[in-house]
Formats: sequence, structure tokens, C-alpha cells
Amino acid sequence: MPIDWFPLWLSLRVAAISTALALVIGLWLAWTLANRSFRGKEILDAAITLPLVLPPTVLGYYLLVLLGRNTPIGGFYEWLFGHPLVFSWQAAVVAALFHSTPLLVKSARAAFESVDRSYERAARSLGASETRLFWRVTLPLARRSILAAGALAFARSLGDFGITIMIAGNIPGRTQTVAVAIYDAAESDNGAVARLLSLIISAVALAVLLIANRLTPNPFGPRQAAP
Amino acid sequence: MIQARVRKQFAPGPESAGFSLDLEFQASRGFTVLFGPSGSGKTLTLDSIAGFVHPDEGRILLDDQILFDGAAGVHLAPRARRCGYVFQNYALFPHMTLRQNLEFAAERIPRLERHRKVNEMLEKFHLSEVSGRRPYELSGGQKQRCSIARALIGAPRLLLLDEPARGLDAPLLADLYSVLRQVREEFGIPVLLVTHDFEECLELGDEMIVLRQGRAVQSGPPRSILEQPANVDVARLLGVFNLLPVEIRALDPGRNASRLRYQEFELAGPYFPGRLIGDQVWLCIRPDLLSVAPRNGRSGMNQIPAALVRTIEKPDRVRLEFSGGIAVEADRAALQSYGSVKEWVIEFPQTGLRIL
Repeated sequence: MPIDWFPLWLSLRVAAISTALALVIGLWLAWTLANRSFRGKEILDAAITLPLVLPPTVLGYYLLVLLGRNTPIGGFYEWLFGHPLVFSWQAAVVAALFHSTPLLVKSARAAFESVDRSYERAARSLGASETRLFWRVTLPLARRSILAAGALAFARSLGDFGITIMIAGNIPGRTQTVAVAIYDAAESDNGAVARLLSLIISAVALAVLLIANRLTPNPFGPRQAAP
Repeated sequence: MIQARVRKQFAPGPESAGFSLDLEFQASRGFTVLFGPSGSGKTLTLDSIAGFVHPDEGRILLDDQILFDGAAGVHLAPRARRCGYVFQNYALFPHMTLRQNLEFAAERIPRLERHRKVNEMLEKFHLSEVSGRRPYELSGGQKQRCSIARALIGAPRLLLLDEPARGLDAPLLADLYSVLRQVREEFGIPVLLVTHDFEECLELGDEMIVLRQGRAVQSGPPRSILEQPANVDVARLLGVFNLLPVEIRALDPGRNASRLRYQEFELAGPYFPGRLIGDQVWLCIRPDLLSVAPRNGRSGMNQIPAALVRTIEKPDRVRLEFSGGIAVEADRAALQSYGSVKEWVIEFPQTGLRIL
């Protein structure tokens, strides 16, 4: 029987876009948490961690309430792009984003905080602005861990089920991601498809994690030969 | 010219005692050394001036600019202070070459001039050959010179050095001192240097401030502090003196003479103004002002018999440590003629005895 490859491509596309967005949002949040002290920091930190512990359906429900067609955000989106956000593949991106960003923030914050403070102090005393400090010192020094965090976020984006099914639904050929397709296949006794997709998605996730580990050997250790 | 009045309080924690820094000083061109044991607030003072630490109150003025004013709520960001900071671990950016490290610091210099300035600094600090290398490929001395050059390239108005000599061996130390002398001559800005090594104060310091538990206990040129420590605490911190508990037994202003009692021995000294007979004081004398001879029958005037505990060879002299904690430093040649003797007498000079 022919296999529908659409869910796989959709998942990869959704994961790629959501990882890119998660990096932008997550790095900014992580940098803020690692460097600034402000009122409500603990609350922000806890709120960012919340999606890691809440049932995905709860998150999905919140997002449905927040982004639905009759809400200001949902209405604005529809006015802007001409179609509703919910039950579109873009909603799957939002779902993956909420699934993966908390993890990215956690590991990116740890990465930023592991950079020796004296480098940051040196940069500041040398007249560098916070932006320059981030792009030229902290980010390059934390690069290895940040890339690993990005890969982790990508792998996690591939795997969301609960939020996706709530806000993107299960429309074959439009919003059906791999995770949803596997559920669908298993439900309809299509064991071969479920097995194949499961194996493929496992292999992709494993490969991404292996690449993350090997992507960047520590460039500052004496083991690397001088260029 | 830097003027600083800094106060900062740390409440005692479960595993740390409380600490308070309360310091006022000013420094102009040349080297001012902040000297003190670890935990006396030296680095905290540097960090307050650089802007990494927010003092509770006080005022820090650099030239005519207010860097910090507790009452007015002024606390300039570190990047606006133009203070060069040389960190203990150098803090050279490990992902940049040495040249890139300097370029990073020279960002404010217009592009055309920047290249020339970086080259000039590389040359001045003998780093041109290794400018393409990353910090981990450099020797300790090269890293140190690079971190000084990097701190200076943006034309700071003040240079802060946090224990630059820590962990350097003798040749590197000599190298560092010559680089720092060059800095003093060519840059003409105030330099604040933190150390716990008194010899370094003598070597580099135009002025020094002795810190103890967050307070300045004495300040002045290192030579004069060596000549006249303000009190027994300062003398102890300098770590170069014999300090013996003595009692004043007689004072004779007319003949400029006094008699001191140390254990069961009497010592003759000069008259000590402002002291009374019966005062318990500390006799403070440098090991190189004492002399020794093998014990030979009764000891004479100002001589104390003592047993040798330890001999320590120094490059240019020998340090003898006796029972009772008295140390004497003498010429090697003079000692060699005596052979190996265990029982000695230590002779105190009559003039030059100082009490605290």
C-alpha cells in the first residue's frame, strides 16, 4: 500500500520553522534571565517552565482560547493573512514552539551562565555595549551549548502531539504531522505505517542529537590544531 | 586623578562572616598599590571603581567625572567609565586571536586609525609575532602583556590591575615589572594595583595603601611605611619585621637613652618620646639590621643568646631563624667563616631600635 509521506515533510518543515523562531525568542529570554535582575523574574522563570510540566492538552486548550477565530489575536491574524490561524499548519508551528521553547530557554540560560563572568566584565570595561557583548563574546563562547540546545529544540519540535491536535487538528494533507499520523494509523489498525513512521522519526531525532554532540568540538581547547 | 570614598556592607551569611568596606583615598599619576591580606577588600575596591560592584554609599570621581555618587544616585555603567581593567586570569577572549582581542577593545577608534593603533600596541608590548594566535597558544607572559595592552588601547583614564604577579615565576615577574614601568612612563595615567606582596609594593609603588578588614590602616610611600609602620598590625602585615614584646624599664631624654626588657634580657635603646616607664610595647626591627656571632661565654651588651632553628638560603644572603621567633638576615660570606654553630648570640643595634 502506498505510504503518504506528507506528515513527515510537514513535521520537518514545522520543526525547522519553530526551531528558528524558538532560537530567536528563547535566546532573548535566556539572556534576559541570565543577565538582568528585575521584578517578577522568578514568576517569568516559572511561567516559562510551566509548559514542561503541564499536560499538553491544557496548553492546547489555553492556546485555542487565546488564538481562536473570535479572539483579538486570532482575528488580527486572520485579517493579516486572510485565513484563520487555528487548524492550519501554522498553528502546528505555534504548537511546536510552545513545546520546545521552554527546554531551549533552560539550556541556553545555563549555557550563558556558564560563560566565565570575567569575559563579560572585561568586555564591558573595554566599552562594549550589551548587544556587542552578546554577539561578540557571550554567544560565541556559549556556541557549542547553544547549538546543542537548538538541536534539542528541533528534536522536541518533531515530537509534539498534544498541543498540535488541540490547535492544528488532524486534517490529512494539511495539518497532520507525523506524531498525529502515527496516532491515526495505530487507531485505524494500520500497523505498518505506524511502525515505519515511528522508526523514521526516531532515527531522525537520534541523528539530530548525535550531530549536536559532534557538531562543534570545543574550539578553545589545546587539542584542536591551529588553523 | 581618582578620588574615591566607598562604603559597602555585607551581612554575615550562614557560611561567611560579615564584611564591611569603608575606604577613602585618592591617587594621581603613578602607581598606587592597594596592599593587604586576602579578604581585606582590595579587589572589591577595584570592582567598585570599575563599576562591577554597586557600593552602598560614597562617591567616586575620576578626573572631573562622577562615576558613582550614592547620594545623587549616580552609578555609571562599566563601559562608560573608561577604566582599563587587567584581570587576575587575564580574561583574554579565548575565541579571538590576540589581534582581534585588541581590535575588540579599540572599537571606538575610527577604522583607519584603529589598524595603526593595534599594530603600535602589538609592537610596544612585543606581541607582533604572535598576533595571529589564540590565547591558549601563548605563554603566560605574552597573555599578561596582551591583557595590559588590551586594557590600555582605548586610552583609559585609569588602569586597574588585580594581582598581576600572582602565579608568575621569577623571570616572568621581572618581565612584568619592566612592562609596568614602561606603562608608567608612556601612559601617564593613575594605576591602581592590588597585591599582597610587600616586595612588589617596594618594587612598583609610588604610594601604597595598607588595607585591613576593609579599612585603610596606613598610607604613604612604601619606603616610609617600611621605615615607620604606623602600628604593630601594619608591621605584621608587611611581614618583614621581628616583633618582640618588651617592657620599658628606663627612659633618659637627657642622654637620649632607654632600657628595654625582653624576657630576662636588657636592651639599650634610644629615648622614646611619649612613652612611660612600665609600658608594654613591641620592639620592631628588620632582620637585616640584626647581627649574629657564635656564643662565646657570657653575652655582652645588647646581645641575646639564642639557638638556631633553621637556615634559609636566599639568593644574596642567608636568613637565620632562632628559637623565640627572631630572624636575622646576614651576608653569606660573613657567616661561612663561623662554620656550623648551634648556639649563637644575636646583637641588637643601639640606635635604630623602634617600638610600636
